[in-house]
Amino acid sequence: MKCEGLMNPSKKDGYHWVLQRIPSGCAISGIISEEGRRIDGRVIIKSIACMHDRSNGLGGGFAAYGIYPKRKDQYAFHMMFDNMEAKEATEEFFKDVFNVDKDEPIPIHRENGVSNPPILWRYFLEVPENKLEFLSERDYAMKIVMRINSEIEGAFVASSGKNMGAFKGVGYPEDIGKFYKLEDYSAYIWTAHGRFPTNTPGWWGGAHPFTLLDWSVVHNGEISSYGINKRYLEMFGYRLELRTDTEVIAYLFDLLVRKHKLPMDRAVMALASPFWKDIDRMEPGQKKIATAIRQVYGSTLLNGPFSIILGHSTGMIGLNDRIKLRPMTAARKDDMLYMASEESAIREIAPDLDEIWSPKAGTAVIGTLKAEVE
Amino acid sequence: MRIDAKGMHYRQLNKIIREAVAQGEKEFELDNVGGQRYIGDGISENVKITINGTPGNDLGAFMNGPRIIVNANAQDGIANTMNAGEIIVHGSVGDIIGYGMRGGKLYIKGDAGYRVGIHMKEYKKQIPVIITGGTAGDFFGEYMAGGIMILLGMNGKNPIVGDYVGTGMHGGVIYIRGKVDPYHLGKEVSCLELNEEDTKLIGSHLKEYCEYFGFDLTEVMSGKFTKLVPLSHRPYGDLYVY
Repeated sequence: MKCEGLMNPSKKDGYHWVLQRIPSGCAISGIISEEGRRIDGRVIIKSIACMHDRSNGLGGGFAAYGIYPKRKDQYAFHMMFDNMEAKEATEEFFKDVFNVDKDEPIPIHRENGVSNPPILWRYFLEVPENKLEFLSERDYAMKIVMRINSEIEGAFVASSGKNMGAFKGVGYPEDIGKFYKLEDYSAYIWTAHGRFPTNTPGWWGGAHPFTLLDWSVVHNGEISSYGINKRYLEMFGYRLELRTDTEVIAYLFDLLVRKHKLPMDRAVMALASPFWKDIDRMEPGQKKIATAIRQVYGSTLLNGPFSIILGHSTGMIGLNDRIKLRPMTAARKDDMLYMASEESAIREIAPDLDEIWSPKAGTAVIGTLKAEVE
Repeated sequence: MRIDAKGMHYRQLNKIIREAVAQGEKEFELDNVGGQRYIGDGISENVKITINGTPGNDLGAFMNGPRIIVNANAQDGIANTMNAGEIIVHGSVGDIIGYGMRGGKLYIKGDAGYRVGIHMKEYKKQIPVIITGGTAGDFFGEYMAGGIMILLGMNGKNPIVGDYVGTGMHGGVIYIRGKVDPYHLGKEVSCLELNEEDTKLIGSHLKEYCEYFGFDLTEVMSGKFTKLVPLSHRPYGDLYVY
């Protein structure tokens, strides 16, 4: 697979311990101001740092929405390159497929705890009109992401949405946050992840969030249905190259909500479907919908233990597996919605809350940007 | 002893507590607790620990004697394999509480999450008790082997308990204040009416519980309780016997 050798510590001498399986939990946290108020990155770092002991230093990352208001109509590609050759090859490719309006290094601050970063560069891109004869703009951008990740050796798209970005790497999340100078970014949605890799290696591209276009996913758990989900997604042109189960979640939301235009609650029903025994007890209208969703989208059902926070251009969604095998707490205060693996991570940044609750298994917690924000 | 736990790592906090316990300290008040794990774990002395703030996971695991009072919500894994002592939570708690608990008391004012009291057990006079004032999630008392669980549903939320109640249960007893739809029950439990002894038993436990949280005992006892006991002490004894 292409990502082998791309900052993959398991391939380097002295890092063989990465391959040991250490069962433990990851940490996730997310905040959204539904009024679209922008908050700087220190808040989310504080929250995820509270759950330090859920991670082991082999992955941390953040997704931020609303950070590039002046370039909100351009695709902001956050790129990771193994070496200059990969960077040059990608830039040649960009010239063919996009109008590159601006490119610059992603500002970083060398910090203890973060070592061997790849080359981190961001590009603000526009799709030339003549490329869109047979494709929607976002389908076009999605195909470019897939091509880079699977075809350009040593290049990896960390994020590819508009007015958003992913900042991730190998390290503890609080160190990764300082490394990327997140205090300099203001966002109305932040999600964060502290990784404790169990089944797949800890490498820069393998840190969460996983993203595609505006979608970003941070995930605690594992997707046992990965094989079924992967084969299904491949039928629609997605290429799954990152050796991690979380990738399928981002692509499934892209497929169900963006391409198939399912309302969010129906998409959630496809991913964490009600059990047949519960469908049997639904009133006829609901029963018909739930049955149809399970029949049509059987291959999108996510099995296994998970709690995830999904970020997208207009909101944030928290979701647990169907029998709540991973933790999730949600809370509200004024226009803010918080979600995290542990209540303490919410109290750390919002001691006084209007409401705090444990979401039910398989039931989404939905935060929506109410205002049209700049 | 009063400890400001603000920003303190759990190792440091628990080290201070352990060393003070070894020196004979009997009472602790922890302020600004924010997610520190393993508080009170494995301590065998009869000390009192008051927690202000949200304690982290595995509170009171393997605990053997102390009394812990939490003046907030608590998280996951409380009272894991606890042997003796008391944990009193003036709020709600997360998932997997009282896992394999084998003695002592766990009193919760609010709701409990998924998987409460999985594989609780008892031996002679060593009988663990969990009382929850609100509602509880799925897998309540799954594989329960002993002990007493009482679920009150005082906040009126519906349903009072999730699915798979007492699945695989083979010992102990569950009392739920209110009706439980058989749909929520595991295949290994039977639903009974309370007899006089049951009423006496829950009355004695609830008296103490109500004193802690300021509930009116008469009002709590006026509800109609459902009693759940295992159908068999060896539900899977014949599973692979053909």
